[in-house]
Amino acid sequence: MSLALDQIFVRCKHWLLSWIAGAPNWVIQIVSSLINIFAVLAAFLTLFALISVLERKILARMQNRYGPNRVGPFGLFQPIADGIKMLIKEDIVPARADKVVHFLAPVVLAAVAILTLGVIPYGRNMTPFTINGGILFFFAVGSTTELAVFMAGWASNNKFSMLGAMRAIAQMFSYELPLIIAVLPVVMVVGSLVPDRIVAAQGGYTLGVVPRWFVLTPWGATAFILFFVSGLVESNRTPFDVPEGESEIVAGHMTEYSGFKYATFFMAEYLGMFAVSGLAVTLFLGGWRAPLGVLEFVPSYVWFFLKLSALLFVYIWLRATLPRTRVDQMMNVAWKFMLPMAFTCVIAAAVWHYAGRGLRGWLWSLLVIVVVYSALSVLLDTGRKFARRTYRFAE
Amino acid sequence: MNSMAFIIVSVFTLAAALAAATLSNLMHAALCLVLALLGLASFFFLLGAEFVGLVLVFIYVGAVAVLIVFTILLTRRDSKEHRGFNWSGVFIALAVFGCLTWAILKTQSLTIVPPHIRALAVKQIGQVLMAGYVWPLQCVGVLLTAALIGALVLVLEEKR
Repeated sequence: MSLALDQIFVRCKHWLLSWIAGAPNWVIQIVSSLINIFAVLAAFLTLFALISVLERKILARMQNRYGPNRVGPFGLFQPIADGIKMLIKEDIVPARADKVVHFLAPVVLAAVAILTLGVIPYGRNMTPFTINGGILFFFAVGSTTELAVFMAGWASNNKFSMLGAMRAIAQMFSYELPLIIAVLPVVMVVGSLVPDRIVAAQGGYTLGVVPRWFVLTPWGATAFILFFVSGLVESNRTPFDVPEGESEIVAGHMTEYSGFKYATFFMAEYLGMFAVSGLAVTLFLGGWRAPLGVLEFVPSYVWFFLKLSALLFVYIWLRATLPRTRVDQMMNVAWKFMLPMAFTCVIAAAVWHYAGRGLRGWLWSLLVIVVVYSALSVLLDTGRKFARRTYRFAE
Repeated sequence: MNSMAFIIVSVFTLAAALAAATLSNLMHAALCLVLALLGLASFFFLLGAEFVGLVLVFIYVGAVAVLIVFTILLTRRDSKEHRGFNWSGVFIALAVFGCLTWAILKTQSLTIVPPHIRALAVKQIGQVLMAGYVWPLQCVGVLLTAALIGALVLVLEEKR
């Protein structure tokens, strides 16, 4: 029963394909790909609609207000109203803008975000697009995002757009390094670039209770934090939304976009966030695997989406809690702290591997990380003294 | 199927490359160059060398293209005025083309039926790099580190 429920989507696909069983091979291949594409789009666009209203609800809850509560029960139909509003808005293109590139930028951005969603295993036998170097594919395609943002900024022919694009590229380039190097220890330990193998390597339980997820090793926990923070920067969200800082440069590279093109940017940002969180779940949180042996009767995709929503909640939580960071502070953290820590994770993973992957390896790799962390804290300490903060009105 | 894909990708790549060479708006030319590079990467995919294709996209589209675009943006402001036809460029292009054609035609193995080669796995590339070519790899690493430090020294503010 539980296996049937687990494989229900795979069975559905096979059933759909059995309708054209007699067709030539390439037709079956194309139809099979189309089904996968449709499934990914349907699942994630629904999730996008859901998250966009949930985010506003959660933000409102954290700021002591109601949030959207007029359209439908609990304001749940808000995304539909928003979508209609965005569709019927006038699409304004500046007279001096580069029309073609101005149009292409949001399309490329959304396409890239959707492509990166394709290589993540969503459940047992549920990877939409299996490729030999899936992790590399994710980053290779993802690196095109910078070009799309630049196209948007340049084609708008507006100084705010250009400044926003410059800022976006500077921060995305800087944080791409720790993002990718934080993945290296996992690839090294598993010995494969295929996401399915990485999930398979995290199966099983130590002593029958503790899952063998990489986040539960010292190097894995450090790499996970580095990956999560870098992913947050890559998706240009608060507290790292310097590229679109409203108080300084209107909306950065999106200043000259309106109507559905703006909605596409918005969607691409969310899809990118889903992709990075999905990869974090796959790499460090055991992918679609259950946290306890007794809970394995719950279908695998449910676990994946539960973990994904947990990460998305942290994204929203951080947005509600933290103010925007300063550009120079962000760059300093990336180059002086996160990059050395990411390299340390690689070394700690090697130590863990050669000390036998057991408790001894666990302790040794913890020692490596603690030593480097304390050394960095001492070296990077500016010794600046801050005066005690005084409040005039808040007390 | 495969030859059909080859023709489509070839036409696409050549058209993009031609556009990159002839368009007067430098930014458009740079974006067309990106398209041509994507076409090149898809050749590697057709050959079954996924790793090389992905690395090509990663490095050329992700990094080099952004560098080119930035360079155009930060250096020139004369994109509107008409420049004369560049005959030295044509000469160099023809010379490179002639050299390559000569080298390809001289290659002996063109006439032999190619043996069926298994696509190289990522693991094999890693083993070759780490075993046979470890010294060249280290030299490239030192060179890149030197370039990085050099760039830092160039932009370092002078202490007063």
